[in-house]
Amino acid sequence: MRRYLLIPLLLVLVVLAGCRQKEGGSSSVQSQNGLPANAAAVAAERGLTPDDVYAAVKTYMPTGQHDPYIMFSSGGQSGQVLVIGVPSMRILKIIGVFTPEPWQGYGYGGSSNEVLAQGYIDEEHPLTWGDTHHPSLSETNGEYDGQFLFINDKANARLAIIDLRDFETKQIVKNPNAINDHGGAFVTPNTEYIVEGPQYAAPIGWEYATLDEYEAKYRGLITFWKFDRFSGRVDTSRSFQIELPPYWQDLCDAGKKVSDGWIFCNSFNTEMATGGVELGNPPFEAGVSRNDTDYLHIFDWKKAEKVFQDGKYETINGIAVIRLDTAIDEGLLFFTPEPKSPHGADVTPGGEYIVVGGKLDPHVTIYSFEKIMAAIAAGGLETDVYGVPVIPLDKSMETQVELGLGPLHTVFDNQGYAYTSLFLDSAVARWTLGGPYDALNPEDGWTLVQKLPVHYNIGHIAAVQGDTSDPGGQFVVALNKWSIDRFANVGPLMPQNFQLVDISQSGDQMKLLYDMPIGMAEPHYVQIISADKLNPWQVYPQVGWNPETMSPHPNAITSSEEARVERNGNQVEIWMTVVRSHFYPERVEIKKGDHVIWHLTSLERTPDATHGFALSGYNINLSLEPGETQTIEFVATMSGTFTYYCTEFCSALHLEMLGYMLVEP
Amino acid sequence: MNPLASDLKVMLPDGTSRPLLTYLMPSAVLMLAAFLLMLSMFLPYWSMTMFAPQYPKGLKVEVFVNRLVGDVQEIDALNHYLGMPPLDEGGKLERQISMAGIIVLGLLLMAAVFVHNKWAAALALPALTFPFIFLADLYWILYTYGHSIDPTSALGGAIAPFTPPLVGEGVIAQFRTIARLEIGFWMAIVALLVLLAGLWLHRAAYKPVVEARQKNN
Repeated sequence: MRRYLLIPLLLVLVVLAGCRQKEGGSSSVQSQNGLPANAAAVAAERGLTPDDVYAAVKTYMPTGQHDPYIMFSSGGQSGQVLVIGVPSMRILKIIGVFTPEPWQGYGYGGSSNEVLAQGYIDEEHPLTWGDTHHPSLSETNGEYDGQFLFINDKANARLAIIDLRDFETKQIVKNPNAINDHGGAFVTPNTEYIVEGPQYAAPIGWEYATLDEYEAKYRGLITFWKFDRFSGRVDTSRSFQIELPPYWQDLCDAGKKVSDGWIFCNSFNTEMATGGVELGNPPFEAGVSRNDTDYLHIFDWKKAEKVFQDGKYETINGIAVIRLDTAIDEGLLFFTPEPKSPHGADVTPGGEYIVVGGKLDPHVTIYSFEKIMAAIAAGGLETDVYGVPVIPLDKSMETQVELGLGPLHTVFDNQGYAYTSLFLDSAVARWTLGGPYDALNPEDGWTLVQKLPVHYNIGHIAAVQGDTSDPGGQFVVALNKWSIDRFANVGPLMPQNFQLVDISQSGDQMKLLYDMPIGMAEPHYVQIISADKLNPWQVYPQVGWNPETMSPHPNAITSSEEARVERNGNQVEIWMTVVRSHFYPERVEIKKGDHVIWHLTSLERTPDATHGFALSGYNINLSLEPGETQTIEFVATMSGTFTYYCTEFCSALHLEMLGYMLVEP
Repeated sequence: MNPLASDLKVMLPDGTSRPLLTYLMPSAVLMLAAFLLMLSMFLPYWSMTMFAPQYPKGLKVEVFVNRLVGDVQEIDALNHYLGMPPLDEGGKLERQISMAGIIVLGLLLMAAVFVHNKWAAALALPALTFPFIFLADLYWILYTYGHSIDPTSALGGAIAPFTPPLVGEGVIAQFRTIARLEIGFWMAIVALLVLLAGLWLHRAAYKPVVEARQKNN
């Protein structure tokens, strides 16, 4: 009997020994601090501190593993959007938006030319760049839904729509009445509207007016672009604008949850300075900063929608404009003072508070939505010179928190902390929210907890879903304007510096993790979404897909048997297939002066089997992703022998993927 | 009345009797074989999976008796470099007639239920041979396929004629291929075994009847 007991015992021992052995596989090279010996040796050789090693293992992404978060960054003056993985901070894609982008064939012959042309002033005034500022992901119930991305062009007051099924720009909307914008793009909690706030005041509709007429004729203008989620497009006929005093409205944020239905925008030129330093006037920088306070603009957008639907507007240049008098009479607009050169207006996740930074004031000012509503309900408010009711600061403010110099923007996490960028201090301030957020962390509400130096001159700041109803915590990204000495010198134009900050621990445990140089523009804002909320296509749904219309292309063909060239007078129409590793047909013979319409369909169904189509001499380059159909149209103005070839290394016989276009004189 | 009750008997021409179940069983089993064979039409018979570094999930084509399913287009795209005909070219006729053919095989089995002599086995013979005909035909298709290389294709001149493996592993350029018989084929084999059992039961049941008749004559 005792012998049989031994057997299970032996088995247990064997299993234990097996486990030991397994652990031993790595323990044999472990050093005391828990790192493999070879890694510890590297750390020692490079002089890495334990914090450095922590940062490295926190951000390293082994091959084949995907970042849990995706960051959409404005591309600044490049007019593009950058897609970046977090925490690895690797650029995954650059999306052409307002600027032609050759890799995607964006603006080099295909239907994307039409998208870019939507944003032109007219045919004689094309715009081929943009100053992208604020990306905004579409939202459902105040949370990112991963379907669309919107971004503004400050330079020309335009808005672009990117479809996140294929990460391509589908529409550009030119604001017909504003010359520039800044407070865009921001969405309402269910993406009913995309809000495009103004910046520098100008007469509505680009009229001429001298600066002496500033107070009478110059105006601010906020636009509520109606977004039709089904078509994935802005519908101008259902959009409206509200005329505003020329106060240089700046950044906006939509109320959410308890404050749903409202929009808040800061402003910074209630002085109505008009510059003219050369005439002995104070320069803008001084004139605009004279007053101790400017006005936080408070909009009742749901009521404004009603006013628009009731027809109480004027149509100017094809879009409805609610006049300032109407906005005041209907109770759409209220002001409340905000301290010294304010910047940003950021709504807390539950919608209870609005945080405004004061560039030249060491505080952030926190407004209570409840108090604002009470003050509006109580009525009897004084007005500003244009007649807009002004809520006294003591009737709207919840509190102020002193953070440091140059507070600009604020984002939030899921532990009741707020994070504010301090431009002059070059730091990220972590501070606690009060009220319902007080219980989420050990510190008292409305208290500065930690200031983390960043390098250098931080502008915007972003946290994982940190401007939504569902903040994710974990990481903050500091968008620094200057990098000075952080990277190898690449000449006087230095990269920007995106710094990744670990905010996963509470208290004063924020840690700097990673510096990412941005060497192609000055991005402004970014948004960070949980990667699992995105569900893009790997290939287009079927062969013959038109990415511009997101539907089957009328001139698609599905096999080389349908490929052909048809001549009708001097118009030549070509239907061509593209597949590894040949174009079909490979010879196109036309005459000088022919009007050429050329349809190309990729027959590929395999992920990443993309082909390019470059036509030498004619400034044409397409990206034909699996299943995509594109049409190019041009007049063969040059005779001669031309080649077209594939510009994506598609296969082992990629170099052999070409054809000749012979243009007979 | 329970037809399975042991007191239900069938009287043979010579006056002896046997349980009813003896006669129900071969009919039921032959019907089952017919059913399995017809069900197999809806399942893949054979598959080929190809692995290469740039295809981390592999490429797979599944062969049903009447169609090809899977990454056919991509495999064709790759094969065209070698000058191989499209997968679709092989066994076109077979795929067209297979559904009707298997239905006929099943109907013959059902007819065998009603033929109470040795000719029942003759009716079952096509179904018995079907899996082997499938294999032979597939081998022929693969052979033809590997011996129809277009010498004018990109790599056609560099490839010696070959027969892709019917079952097992092979290597073509950077591709490791695994060919295997799939559930449909195995179901046809099971149908075959069930059919043999059914024929055995059929013989056991009806041979005494035939002998009894002869004795009476």
